[in-house]
Amino acid sequence: MSGGQVSLDRRPVLRGIDLTVRSGEVVAVLGANGSGKSTLVRALLGLAPLSGGSTLLYGKPPARFREWWRIGYVPQRLSVGGGVPATIREVVASGRISRQSRFRPTSAADAAATARALEAVGLADRAGDPVQALSGGQQQRVLIARALAGEPDTFVMDEPTAGVDAASQQLLADTLSGLVEQGRTVVLVAHELGPLEPLVTRAVVLRDGCVCHDGPPPKAVGAHALPGHDHVHPHAEERPAGPLDWRPTS
Amino acid sequence: MIDLLRYDFMQRALIAAFLVGLAAPAIGTFIVQRRLALLGDGIGHVALTGVALGFLTGTAPVLTAVVVAVLGAVAIELVRARGRTSGDVALALLFYGGIAGGVLLISLAPGGSNATLMSYLFGSISSVTVQDVQVIALLAVAVLGVVAVFGRELFVLCQDEEVARAAGLPVRLLSLLIAVTAALTVVIAMRVVGLLLVSALMVVPVATGQQLTRGFRSTMLLAMLFGMTATVGGLASSFYVEVPPGALIVLVALGGFVLALGLGRFVRRSRSQESQP
Repeated sequence: MSGGQVSLDRRPVLRGIDLTVRSGEVVAVLGANGSGKSTLVRALLGLAPLSGGSTLLYGKPPARFREWWRIGYVPQRLSVGGGVPATIREVVASGRISRQSRFRPTSAADAAATARALEAVGLADRAGDPVQALSGGQQQRVLIARALAGEPDTFVMDEPTAGVDAASQQLLADTLSGLVEQGRTVVLVAHELGPLEPLVTRAVVLRDGCVCHDGPPPKAVGAHALPGHDHVHPHAEERPAGPLDWRPTS
Repeated sequence: MIDLLRYDFMQRALIAAFLVGLAAPAIGTFIVQRRLALLGDGIGHVALTGVALGFLTGTAPVLTAVVVAVLGAVAIELVRARGRTSGDVALALLFYGGIAGGVLLISLAPGGSNATLMSYLFGSISSVTVQDVQVIALLAVAVLGVVAVFGRELFVLCQDEEVARAAGLPVRLLSLLIAVTAALTVVIAMRVVGLLLVSALMVVPVATGQQLTRGFRSTMLLAMLFGMTATVGGLASSFYVEVPPGALIVLVALGGFVLALGLGRFVRRSRSQESQP
């Protein structure tokens, strides 16, 4: 992405972002709530429209990109639809969609990849259960398994650790380290890295819609950029002083 | 049941009911998952304008209804996807426009009155012709074909539109496909239960199915079974007790839902006791 700019309701959320993710990197996008982390990864994939600049996926703009199987997107949370149940296996198997052809039935390779993905997140024994009955951490595992099932080169994860219990976080870290060993690329949004910290090769810290740090993970740059440190209210300091504050009172 | 099949009109009606009972819940499952349960109603109201247009221009009302319903469905989808208006407001706008347009056009048609519309509003399955059955069969096959071929993609789309986009699916095309398929379903179901009750066949069997199942596929299959039972069962019963078949079909479906609600609660309780000994 170069000069990436995103506006929501004409309010700029991201301003002039230049970011290139290289193959094999594990990039963590960090920042306070409301700093535009999720918007950034969504814009990288062309899911959030850019109001300026451009973004390329493997050298192509999103509209002309065809190799979507190379990307596994993990959204922030599982949307459970209008109450129609779906089993864990059905949701995970749907991760194969960009590798499937419309007129060909589900293949043995699809079933095998689905089974491997379920195994990797430790949900194989519950594959027939409805996803609606799972806890937040378990639903997160389903989402990750869905991306795993597609066997992509690049994983893009939006807050995979938010609201997830410690066991699921550790499982995510183990899964990711396996992927990193295979040379996959990972871009993840996080508020706190937790057990993921040793895996991250590069950290991009956002502040007010701009990149304020891009380089080695925050451990090296001191306590200031440490996750968990930046908990100030995102708009606390930038709020313009209104005329009532500004006028001297008697 | 045998004496019922002796009448030609009843044979035709039963075939129509069977096909509708099968097709409507199939596409209905995706519509419910997409939180557009009232889409069928919206399209149904618009189709009324199409029916009236048919009378006004002297063409077959079913054909004009198909054209207008498809246009209406596409309009709903565009408003939903582009506009700031939420889906339900977009639907409401079409409800009013469709009914008003239908009543206005029918009054302009030679010899037409609101009474002419009644058989379309509330269905008139016993008057279906051989040609009607052929059209219904063709459209039902089209609807089931769409579900069979695009089912996997529609599942991803209805689950999470953003994930569908990130998987490279043609989101806009698939959304239009759902809308158009729903429109076709509305028109074929129009003769069976009437435009005002069309949506019931797309929604109620699905709501019934999901009380008892854990998966998407099983919900859809069960919904199709329930839909078929309701349409055929309701129609057959209406032959013996002199009541409008459309209303009876919907009430049978609703009765099934109430039963499933109780049964589902029981099934879930025994399941959770199983998993927590």
